[in-house]
Amino acid sequence: MAGTYEIMTGNEACTRAAIAAGMRFFAGYPITPATEIAEMASELLPKAGGTYMQMEDELASIAAVIGASAAGVKAMTATSGPGVSLMQENLGYAIMAEIPLVLVDCMRQGPCQGVATVPAQGDIMQARWGTNGDHPIIAIAPASVGELYEETIRAFNLAETYRNPVYILSDAMLAHMSERVRIPDPDEYDVVSRKRPTCPPSEFQAYADDGTGIPPMASFGDGYRWFVTGMVHDDTGFPVTNNADRVSYLVKRLHAKIEHNRADIEKYEEYKTDDADILIVSMGVVARSAKAAIDDIRKEGVKAGLFRPITVWPFPESRLETLCRGVKEIVTCEMNEGQLYHMVREVSGNTPVRMINQNNGVILSADTILAGLREGK
Amino acid sequence: MAGVHVYDRFLRQDKLPHIWCSGCGNGIVTNALIRAIEKTGIDQNQIVVVAGVGCSSRANGYLDFCGLHTNHGRPLAYATGVKMANPKLHVIVVTGDGDSASIGGNHFIHACRRNLDITTVIYNNDNYGMTGGQYSPTTPTGAKSKTTVYGNIDTPFDLCKLASAAGATFVARSTVYHVTQLAELIAKGIEHKGFSVIEAMSCCPTLYGRLNKLGDGPAMLQRFKDQAIPVQKARQLSEEELQDKIVTGVFTDRKDRPEYSDQYQHVIARAEGRE
Amino acid sequence: MGVTKKFQIILDSRLCKGCGICAVFCPKGVFTRDDDGKPVISDDMVCIGCKMCELRCPDFAIRVTGGI
Repeated sequence: MAGTYEIMTGNEACTRAAIAAGMRFFAGYPITPATEIAEMASELLPKAGGTYMQMEDELASIAAVIGASAAGVKAMTATSGPGVSLMQENLGYAIMAEIPLVLVDCMRQGPCQGVATVPAQGDIMQARWGTNGDHPIIAIAPASVGELYEETIRAFNLAETYRNPVYILSDAMLAHMSERVRIPDPDEYDVVSRKRPTCPPSEFQAYADDGTGIPPMASFGDGYRWFVTGMVHDDTGFPVTNNADRVSYLVKRLHAKIEHNRADIEKYEEYKTDDADILIVSMGVVARSAKAAIDDIRKEGVKAGLFRPITVWPFPESRLETLCRGVKEIVTCEMNEGQLYHMVREVSGNTPVRMINQNNGVILSADTILAGLREGK
Repeated sequence: MAGVHVYDRFLRQDKLPHIWCSGCGNGIVTNALIRAIEKTGIDQNQIVVVAGVGCSSRANGYLDFCGLHTNHGRPLAYATGVKMANPKLHVIVVTGDGDSASIGGNHFIHACRRNLDITTVIYNNDNYGMTGGQYSPTTPTGAKSKTTVYGNIDTPFDLCKLASAAGATFVARSTVYHVTQLAELIAKGIEHKGFSVIEAMSCCPTLYGRLNKLGDGPAMLQRFKDQAIPVQKARQLSEEELQDKIVTGVFTDRKDRPEYSDQYQHVIARAEGRE
Repeated sequence: MGVTKKFQIILDSRLCKGCGICAVFCPKGVFTRDDDGKPVISDDMVCIGCKMCELRCPDFAIRVTGGI
């Protein structure tokens, strides 16, 4: 394959991929284990003619990112779970106002400050439901530094295509570990930019559906005098109140952007699922332990396979449901108290689901998973 | 655009009448704002008005510029992103006393510190009007509000002193009685290269005024007329003599601090090895 | 009768909320107020065109044209 190969950390891969995807604005606030993304952005963005801002807190960081995006610049912020908690308010704004952005969450052990330096997978549900009200979200959970590079580019493309925030769920391990990464040549991947209005400014309605469910987006200063609000708004973008039909229409259109495009957004990996009796569901770096455990237990005659959601949100439930029907048991392997577990149980039908979890900041190892699988035999 | 009335140029007539109460000063501040913008002659398409949440922040819905109606307390943080992403834009923040000084207080002092070229107009009506008249960080000690029914024991911020101390390079105050001065100060703020703060003393006859028996809109304007004292004159008075006075005029007008987006161009130049 | 108005005052009753600021602070007493508190132009011949009513109107409901 073309491209070049380098050894780098997850945080470096994420930053460099973001710039390759067109990021020209980053605002953040230092927090372990995401800080290196800010450090690298502060070094690399000016070289690319872009802007790095260290803001006064996480609320301001994502707010500045939204402002930059509305001004027409692709923008990202990076933090970890406690910072994501602070960003939820303005994340909701970006969803409601349909402002594209990428939010990197290097998950660490929680709750609260927890343990700053160790990995966890405790933010899956925060990513899904963190901000108030029902809302659509996209979240991607890469399992390797190389995949983090590729998926960061895809995260920007999805944010731009669907005018919705996109999470990258990294973690303290992926953020800091170094791996060999293939840097693709620029002609190997698409860089997508938001659809722009083409009508005369006098006819522009900033939130009118053009038939695709995703309105074209102007930039401040380009001649379209548009209005952006976090309130329920009409096609022109101005707030409406006491209009149940409009509230219903808008909320449904926002959800439909993601729901109707699952085929484009959803991504997952299957490993040895063809003949599996036991289906492991696991994401991120933990899925790599699960793969090793699958190889080991297969030597003992147990047919295990892996389903790894790469997009955790939208959860690839349709394919998983099909797989669940063909196995005797489903096991989720995760570093939390059972978050994938809930999602799997929604589609598992009559197939029993159990969980092998570890929630102490230590990576759930192949040995631990193997022991857990043996226990259940 | 000579000959076209400023209302027809800069107001979204289809959004009027506005939601503010009879006698509310917020329309007067907004009136001064559009006259200030007219005076500067800036291209209408290059202005972005950023607002937070509250009575004050409803202003940008009536203004025919690009509008970013953000979350409560956050307009300065959003505005920072807009301005840094496209420094050619003229970014004006309309905010209130609660929006800027309470929930947005941290963003406010840091925006002052950075000295990014943003103009902030604070509509200070001494209370939270939108939620029904609770006390704010600028409500005077002793005043009544819906949450200080026995009198306010808090000490209010002097927003201009706060802004100056935090590093804002143009800081001024006027009232909705002194409309000519108010429009002039806002225009100066817009033309100032750096972070500018104009505190516009507004009136809320429906809530703060009623709860403190200050009368209707005209009575509250009359009060501003009586209370106002120019900053030059105020300097000769003691703290005691300044009790119940509203000091008006320009408090800070500094040219010695570099503007932030200009400074960032040096960062780019250094990164590219040009400096 | 050979005396022409120097200034024309246009009131927009759709926008006016009747606060009375224009009437109270007019230096020439151009306005009186109706039962709703809304301004009525009683004598625009005395208007000096200071436009303070227009500038102080919280409702964007007054336009003073002519003169200056």
